[in-house]
Amino acid sequence: MAVSGLIMVGYLILHMYGNLRAFSGPDAFNEYAHHLRTFGEPMLPHEGLLWIVRVVLLGAVLLHAYAAITLWRRNKKAAGYVGGKRYQTKQNRTGIQRSYASFTMRWGGVTIALFIVFHILNLTTNDIHPGGASDTAYGKLHNSFEHFWVLLAYTVALIAVGFHLWHGFWSAFTTLGQNYSAKRRDSFWNSAAIVVAVVITAGFLAPPFAIYFFGLGG
Amino acid sequence: MNITVRVWRQKNADDKGRMVTYGVENVSEHMSFLEMLDVLNEQLTLSGDDPIAFDHDCREGICGMCGVVINGIAHGPEVTTTCQLHMRSFEDGAVIDVEPWRAGAFPVVKDLVVDRSSFDRIIQAGGYISAPTGSAPDAHAVPVPKDDADHAFDAATCIGCGACVAACPNGSGMLFTAAKITHLGLLPQGQPERESRVIGMVEQHDHEGFGGCTNIGECTSACPKGIPLDTIAQLNRDLLGALAHGKA
Repeated sequence: MAVSGLIMVGYLILHMYGNLRAFSGPDAFNEYAHHLRTFGEPMLPHEGLLWIVRVVLLGAVLLHAYAAITLWRRNKKAAGYVGGKRYQTKQNRTGIQRSYASFTMRWGGVTIALFIVFHILNLTTNDIHPGGASDTAYGKLHNSFEHFWVLLAYTVALIAVGFHLWHGFWSAFTTLGQNYSAKRRDSFWNSAAIVVAVVITAGFLAPPFAIYFFGLGG
Repeated sequence: MNITVRVWRQKNADDKGRMVTYGVENVSEHMSFLEMLDVLNEQLTLSGDDPIAFDHDCREGICGMCGVVINGIAHGPEVTTTCQLHMRSFEDGAVIDVEPWRAGAFPVVKDLVVDRSSFDRIIQAGGYISAPTGSAPDAHAVPVPKDDADHAFDAATCIGCGACVAACPNGSGMLFTAAKITHLGLLPQGQPERESRVIGMVEQHDHEGFGGCTNIGECTSACPKGIPLDTIAQLNRDLLGALAHGKA
């Protein structure tokens, strides 16, 4: 879970960097998108790097999902449910201290997976193209984010990603043995997780918000 | 004070079990939670009912026998064991739900009593130091850095009550296992068996049907001894090291 998750976080940071190129204008954005495809030529074929990244990412996603489902099933059995509930009491159902982020990891992950499917159909293959299809990377982006429901969908999804990363990033480093603080809030990796979650959520949402509210790029 | 107690009653391991409501009157706020259950059991005995079975031994908060889930929290609202929890922690007229630890690896024996021998088997899988016994060595015979000694002692205060498992949404016994790994792994005497210990104990933990840790931290919050969460990172560190050395 930890290693596949961190691979995805690494990808998100690069992806976010690319998105922020939108602030340099449509030409810079399209140029960046084009260059991703010609990166490493002639040592790599056209779109070579992109396909390497896609295969690695798909592997990471599948591994992450496989590990999550295995853990989910094992833990459900281990928790000793009586009927549908573990404890019959109606008090303290959400435990003593566990955060919203930590107990939405599983369904949050499913939500994010569904969003990724929508996102690829929307902005990669452009099969879903509110505001009209486009040949350029910036055109796809711009046409989509002029619609409020698209903006809303991405906002909800990115907040879910933020929560997932807040617990996930910290948790990954604990799994790898890198937590030296008795309390989670004193841990360097908890602070790092908050920074990563906030930066990634804000970084991804900045271009869509700029397009919808300030008409970025016309 | 007068309270209402809803208790999990289950005749034996095969019985389905259910919550049963009892009223308890004239409870002193200075009573411990177990003394309140004693009073309730006297009532039940006098009226010809079967008394509620619950585990207890020292009643001093050091043996780890008395664990029940009170209002959904292992050992109830204070950070202590059930025997050291006093009725003054509850309001007059309160309705208190009392249930046994819930975990696949802790099957219910009767009422509030669960079988925690899975913990014993985890200890048997490596939670010890093989050393010649005899009279205790001089305390300064083997120097131990103060930091290590303090950390090891913090972890060594685990009483094996099982609250971590009962509180963990995943039913994981990782904090218990990690406490022992940390305690012995930080001391010089624990070094020769350090890698085989972590492999053996984690294998046994999984074999017993405990869940996997997702670093939520309910265990350490419920722990009456405050075993810190970084023990789990220490366990992971030792485990990764042992696996890298091909000890599995």
